[in-house]
Amino acid sequence: MLKDQDRIFQNLYNDLGSNLTSAQKRGDWVNTKEITDKGRDWIINEIKDSQLRGRGGAGFPTGLKWSFAPKEVGSRPHYLVINGDESEPGTCKDRDILRFEPHKLIEGCLIASYAIQAHVCYIYIRGEYFVDGQKLQAAIDEAYEKKLIGKNAAGTGWDLDIYIHYGAGAYICGEETALLESIEGNKGQPRLKPPFPALIGLYGCPTIINNVETIAVVPTILRRGGKWFASLGREKNTGTKIFCISGNVNNPCNVEEEMNIPLKELIEVHAGGVIGGWDNLQAVIPGGSSMPLIPKEKCETLTMDFDSLVAEKSGLGTAGVVVINKDQDIIKCMARIARFYKHESCGQCTPCREGSGWMWRMLERMAKGEASKDEIEMLDDVTKQIAGHTICAFGEGSSWPVQGLLRHFKDEIKKRNNFDPIVKETQNIPYLVDQHLLDKNA
Amino acid sequence: MSLKRPAKDQPESFEFNSSSLEAANKIISKYPEGKQQSAVMALLYIAQKQNDNWIPLVAMKYIARLLDMPYIKVYEVATFYSMFNLSPVGKYFVQVCTTTPCMIRGAGKLVEACKEKISENESELLPDKNCSWMEVECLGACVTAPMMQINDDYYEDLDKEKTLEILDKILKDEIPKPGSYRGRINNEPENGRKTLMELKNA
Repeated sequence: MLKDQDRIFQNLYNDLGSNLTSAQKRGDWVNTKEITDKGRDWIINEIKDSQLRGRGGAGFPTGLKWSFAPKEVGSRPHYLVINGDESEPGTCKDRDILRFEPHKLIEGCLIASYAIQAHVCYIYIRGEYFVDGQKLQAAIDEAYEKKLIGKNAAGTGWDLDIYIHYGAGAYICGEETALLESIEGNKGQPRLKPPFPALIGLYGCPTIINNVETIAVVPTILRRGGKWFASLGREKNTGTKIFCISGNVNNPCNVEEEMNIPLKELIEVHAGGVIGGWDNLQAVIPGGSSMPLIPKEKCETLTMDFDSLVAEKSGLGTAGVVVINKDQDIIKCMARIARFYKHESCGQCTPCREGSGWMWRMLERMAKGEASKDEIEMLDDVTKQIAGHTICAFGEGSSWPVQGLLRHFKDEIKKRNNFDPIVKETQNIPYLVDQHLLDKNA
Repeated sequence: MSLKRPAKDQPESFEFNSSSLEAANKIISKYPEGKQQSAVMALLYIAQKQNDNWIPLVAMKYIARLLDMPYIKVYEVATFYSMFNLSPVGKYFVQVCTTTPCMIRGAGKLVEACKEKISENESELLPDKNCSWMEVECLGACVTAPMMQINDDYYEDLDKEKTLEILDKILKDEIPKPGSYRGRINNEPENGRKTLMELKNA
């Protein structure tokens, strides 16, 4: 288990209070100037050395992303945008950072803005987190008052303004280009890439978009050194991560742990075990609803990091672990996730708009045992027609969980769905036999 | 994308009152010059707050004029995002999360409770306009599932009995205490916390 002193979010459970004084006691805002004095290249290199990967789901190396920002500011200003549109079912980590560790985020914003030469930072928070957003706003006001942001922020000589922009209940706005559209005052439909936001982003200006957790860990990494961060976890999957363990466990919780922690340890030690015991486990969704589920046999030895989960044809995503035990109907669980995606599809690309509803309707019937055998293959086909045929990754996100179900629980679906729409000749009711279908099957 | 219809009965006129207008101007100033359109979502929230938690069509027209943008673009935004109510909702607007992490911890019971206490159908307004409920997608409090949102506040770690208690309170026009209803502190494991032990109860 990770040592307590190596945990970045000391106030994850709000034992200490989230105001500036208590945040400073935890080491936030101490000598921010010393960090920025070392220069942009040093900051970006240190983040590269730490091998920090984005915490929002895709796991893109953060240092590399920052280095895409143009080196010189031209006629267009640079922007930093923080993605706090946490809507992935199973995930509730950013909320705790917004309400309990806001100063880590604000200081991270300052350092990141300095590194990519942005003077304005927008923090996009999902509309439902209004109360938590107000807490962040209070922290921002506090920081302005103490001159930690604003003109000559924290004595660094850098000017920075931070504004909160609330979303309004659209999952798709967690996609970075949809988020930019949303800030610009449009409906949140993703843009085609390229051009990438690092060159043409918000208002057509160079923009770097990072997840809340990614930015909040930056100050600690720079204080303790990239090497320290890289020493946790394993190669290319370094550092710590907040895991959200929900579903059928005895003590669902958020916990910050080292990357590459065994899934079993996460569930047994931190979340108090599966309800009904480990043997009652059916499957685990390892990284938020869009990641394919993993059946019990593989959960025994699974370790939680980006690359080891990809090897299991799943992914770490946002590290929202949803535990499903044998008391649940796995097909129904996935049908509900499919309904979520049907509801949240932005409607821009046809395969996703139509396919997400199609998958949902088929899964609902499969859960009731009303589908025919042929439909199982058809469902598989539909998922493949969606994934890879859409502008954004929502297509993959909606079809992967269904593919995961088909990969691991096909027998369960087959067992339940025996319905055959074709009346067989053997039944010998001639007036009911559909002749042209018989010919085809002969 | 959810299907949303504007209400049949629409008011004749709408205008921001002075405090709304002040808040609106403050928000517009957050965005670069000429990019005032960015404020449209925030202004829709302000309109919704001023108009008993729903947005009439005239308010959209008003916002379009204020931000110098086409009315249809405001309409587009208001219909795209699910948190903008285009028809009246209750003074207490109950939203029950029923996505998988909540579902497997018994969100169905919360829906039952709402049906018993408020109304059989979703989005149906009580005669006194005090309360309405609806099922929503993931609200991002999966660790404290099942949960529901009433206006801005989250009510977490619920079961059917506790939901009934909460609903009883709001039907009596009292505001129940938000947060966990099993007495746990934030998102820590309820018993047997293993991390940050030195800080516990510090």
